[in-house]
Amino acid sequence: MSEAKDLTDDPNQSAEELPPSETPWQESLRLFRKDRLAVVGAYVLVLLLFAAVFGKVLTEWVVVFDPEVVRLPEKFLPPLTFSSPDEVPAHDRPFGGIYLLGTDELGRDVFARMLQGSFVSLSIGFIAVGISLAIGILLGGLSGFYGNVRFGVVTVDTLIMRFTDVMLCFPTFFLILTVVALLPPSIYNIMIVIGLTSWMGTARFVRAEFLALRKQDFVVAATSVGARDRRVIFAHMVPNAIAPVLVSATIGVATAILTESGLSFLGFGVQPPYATWGNILADGKGFIFDAPWLFFIPGMAILVVVLAFNLVGEGLREALNPKLRRR
Amino acid sequence: MDVRSYDGQPSGHAGPLLQVTNLKKYFPVRSGLFSNVSAWVKAVDDVTFDIKSGETFGLVGESGCGKTTVGRTVLRLQEPTGGDVLFEGQNLFAMDARTLRATRRRMQIVFQDPYSSLNPRMTVGSIVGEPLKVHHLAKDRDLTDRVCQLLDRVGLRPDHYPRYPHEFSGGQRQRIGIARALALNPKLIVCDEAVSALDVSIQAQIINLLKDLQAEYCLSYLFITHDLNVVQYLADRIAVMYLGKLAEVAPAETLFSDAKHPYTQALLSANPLPDPTVKHERILLPGDVPTPLNPPSGCRFHTRCPHVMEQCKTTDPPLIQIGKPDAGHNVWCHLYSG
Repeated sequence: MSEAKDLTDDPNQSAEELPPSETPWQESLRLFRKDRLAVVGAYVLVLLLFAAVFGKVLTEWVVVFDPEVVRLPEKFLPPLTFSSPDEVPAHDRPFGGIYLLGTDELGRDVFARMLQGSFVSLSIGFIAVGISLAIGILLGGLSGFYGNVRFGVVTVDTLIMRFTDVMLCFPTFFLILTVVALLPPSIYNIMIVIGLTSWMGTARFVRAEFLALRKQDFVVAATSVGARDRRVIFAHMVPNAIAPVLVSATIGVATAILTESGLSFLGFGVQPPYATWGNILADGKGFIFDAPWLFFIPGMAILVVVLAFNLVGEGLREALNPKLRRR
Repeated sequence: MDVRSYDGQPSGHAGPLLQVTNLKKYFPVRSGLFSNVSAWVKAVDDVTFDIKSGETFGLVGESGCGKTTVGRTVLRLQEPTGGDVLFEGQNLFAMDARTLRATRRRMQIVFQDPYSSLNPRMTVGSIVGEPLKVHHLAKDRDLTDRVCQLLDRVGLRPDHYPRYPHEFSGGQRQRIGIARALALNPKLIVCDEAVSALDVSIQAQIINLLKDLQAEYCLSYLFITHDLNVVQYLADRIAVMYLGKLAEVAPAETLFSDAKHPYTQALLSANPLPDPTVKHERILLPGDVPTPLNPPSGCRFHTRCPHVMEQCKTTDPPLIQIGKPDAGHNVWCHLYSG
């Protein structure tokens, strides 16, 4: 017994000298923090999250900023203009009597509309990506783990991956346009359609990771101690395969937001009077020279948010990269 | 410390612990649109041996000869192509999933690469405790205690429990792997090149640890390696493998003093001796190892054998017993058939 103890590899290393413990996630967080741009992106996203939540609350439940009040005498006011008490009845005046981001062609408060739109954009981004992750992980995982199971002449792997290839062949945006044109244009349909047409990358990622992980000794070890497939997959493979999926999901949210804006801009997206960044932009395009803030504000918002998601995604990619960590 | 307290059912089985008969493992080479099988790699072809309880059985051979495949197939971590493996008298290859999972408690594996054999996202405690958890043998406090005992037994400290594998050195990681294998009180441990990735001083520590554990828990090892010095020190019996087939099986001393198969002789002559003044003749084999995709007919060694005869090229060599039948010295070579 004591003999075995004497055999510890480094006899000089005593209990006090152990370096502080660090979990893999803590390590990734430390690496992420080193990337300034990604941290800035993360702050922007936190801000956006607050804007979206408060936007939902303050425009619909406790109506402080009403995006739907039409004030014809005060249309096309530039940002930071005060509302004049003579022209608008008291109950129609904006919060604080000021139009932070100006008004549009019907005298609606652009700030209130942007707030409402931020919740729509973000929820479409997250739910669409949630759907695409669910499908992608399921199909990719099946293909990677049970890929060798045969159905007649084809394997499960062939079946799933060829289907993925077929899905990748469709020009996604036009597919979405077609589907949305046929379906009633609701926000839920858009989420679902975007989700159903963007899972292919994830599926390929997960499959590739699973194929690599299956051959790893620790996965074989789990089988050899008698773990069931379920445990092998969810305790050993998924946690090790999730990093690149997380990265592509972050960037996927940005893509989904862009797609939704594009759809709304073309008039196939969320229908007025419900505001989204895309349809504010679309409404503003007719007044580019008279009221440039009408397209500039939603355009900038989309740009900043998409940029922030991409920066965070890049930062995560670096932070989760196994080549950067010490073993 | 009683790590053996929940041993599985005691086996009333008298024969060898592990009996491998005509084990075959062919890997398909797939190509084309529907991944049709175009060829087979005969990684393991008709391998027969047995391991007695408490014995260390060394399996040596050069890279790619199928040693690792034997180890994994014997544990049914890969599905076999043919043959039988009797573990404690029960046929592993005929078991349903449930019986197999239960049987896995009594046979474990230690891997070559201490870096890829531990899940980087699990703590040492949960890695070592996983076998106990999977078989519902312990939980909560009991589990923690038992894992700490195991860590202690392999020379690690209980305060290593909450740490992650990347915080350890190669030798320590190998100890973690051994603790995981020990957790279920196995009868048989397959050591797949278990010390090959470690440097020499650490190698010695791990080998001694394995020896101590064997004495303490009456373990049997299937010790797979390419390092002749390691098997000479550890193994009771040694099998030499060439291109998916066994060439010779003998007790360790016999093999090193009186090797019969030309391949074994060549292998031993290539082994450096610690004493530089002793001269020994190197037997140099011509050519390379043929591909297992298309192995030579007859004796697989005939393309490189210095004593090749006409019949070697056509007929598989039979098993020949050297000396007394109970000496356990078997060789597959035509040289001794006359």
